[in-house]
Parts: sequence; C-alpha cells; structure tokens
Amino acid sequence: MTRSMAEASPSARTRPLSPFLIWRWHVTMAASILHRATGVALYGGALILVGWALALASGPGGYVGYMSLLASIPGRIVLFGVTVSVFFHMANGIRHLFWDAGKGFTLRTADRTAWIALTLGLVAAIAVWAMPLMFGGY
Amino acid sequence: MAGYRTPLGRARGLGSAKHGVGHFIGQRVSAVALIFLMLWAVWSALVLAGGSYATALLWLHYPVNAALLALTAVAAFYHMQLGMRVIVEDYIHRPATKAVLLIVNLFVCYGGAALTIVCLLKVALSGGAS
Repeated sequence: MTRSMAEASPSARTRPLSPFLIWRWHVTMAASILHRATGVALYGGALILVGWALALASGPGGYVGYMSLLASIPGRIVLFGVTVSVFFHMANGIRHLFWDAGKGFTLRTADRTAWIALTLGLVAAIAVWAMPLMFGGY
Repeated sequence: MAGYRTPLGRARGLGSAKHGVGHFIGQRVSAVALIFLMLWAVWSALVLAGGSYATALLWLHYPVNAALLALTAVAAFYHMQLGMRVIVEDYIHRPATKAVLLIVNLFVCYGGAALTIVCLLKVALSGGAS
C-alpha cells in the first residue's frame, strides 16, 4: 500500500478522478457554490432597492408603507439575508480578484481564504445589524 | 449534408465569439467599483433605516448621495446582468429558452437601473428646499 509499491505496478496505481466524482464536501466548493447563490440573492436585493426608489418617488404614504414592510419580521429576515450576501459575495469576490492576479492558489491559502470569506460574511452582517442597537439611535 | 464537408469546414465558425474579454474585464472593473459603493450603500441603508420620509428626502438632496446612489445602481445592475448571463448560459441549454431568459435578464437589469435613477433624480431635483 505504500507509494513506491503503487508506482511499481502501474495497474494498481490510483487513477485521477473526474471532479464530478469527488463527492466529499469541501470549504472551497461551498464558497464557490455560495458565491453564485449569494449573487442570485443580491439580484433580488437590487429589486428591493428599485422598490425603495419607487416608493420614495411616490410620496410619504408609499414610502412609510414600503419601509414598514421592510421592517416587518419577514422583511427583516430577507434584509439580513441580503446583508450576509453582500459581505460574503464582496469578500469572496476579492478572493476571486486575487486569483485573477495569479495569487492565492495553493490549497492551504484557498482553504483559509474560503473560511475567512464565510466568517466575514456572517460577522460583518451581524455587526451591521447590531450597530443601531449598540448606538441606541434608531 | 454535413457529411460532405471537410473537417476544417465543419470546425469553422465553432470557435469563440471573440467577445469574452469584454465580459471578463467589465465584470472585474464593476466588482472593484462595487467594493467601495456597497460599503457606502450599507452605511447609507443604516442611516435611512432609522429615519423617516423627511430623512430620506434630506439625504437624497445631498448631491454626493444622489450621485453615489446612481453610480451604485449602474455598477450593480451592470455586474448583475453579466453574472446572471453566465448562470443562464451554464444551466440552460435549450436555445429558445436561453435566448428568452437572456433577454428577460437584460430587460430586468436595464429597467431596474432606469427606474432607480429616474426615481432618485425626481426626488433629488424636486423642490431643492432643505
């Protein structure tokens, strides 16, 4: 079972697998899938922005109605999801920009930066939502 | 009919459309812009979330806010359009469905950007008091 034995007999050598056959869940894979998923979520988030602009242009009644819809519990859940998506997609996007520059491709770095992007997305979103509570203003 | 064609003839016209680099660069440049614009947008959302209708009007009467919001809309809808296009091209293989979805994507993104900018200009330029 040693490496030298495997190399000695070509038939026993483990062949490389197609990526589609590697089922093991991995953090880099999760980050890649979530990058696309959060991108789609932000598509929805942008439509919420369009709604906000329309409500603002419609006058005080429409604006208060729209803002109270966003402030409802389902509205807050959606907006928190959008916030997580903003920060994860941003952090992972910066990771992609480094890759475009040819940096950060080692397994160790790719694993570490995936974890950083995932953590940052969640922590930054929680921090943003805690801010009004901390400063007590709103 | 295809059987009579030479291998070179069959391969011709099956290469890239030579437009990929524009997509790649546009996606990255808008990404860099959005890093800064979205940090500002999240901060602004926090200010607006705690405020009233009057707060929003006052906020949008500042030219810097109106300009940054317009830039955010342009960069975001452009970036979104490119991203969703790739998703459709990756997963939808029926030519008719793909074409329809790509057009819907374009309409949603251009429409969203236009609506956002017209609405914010209407508010930002109206009155001018405050």
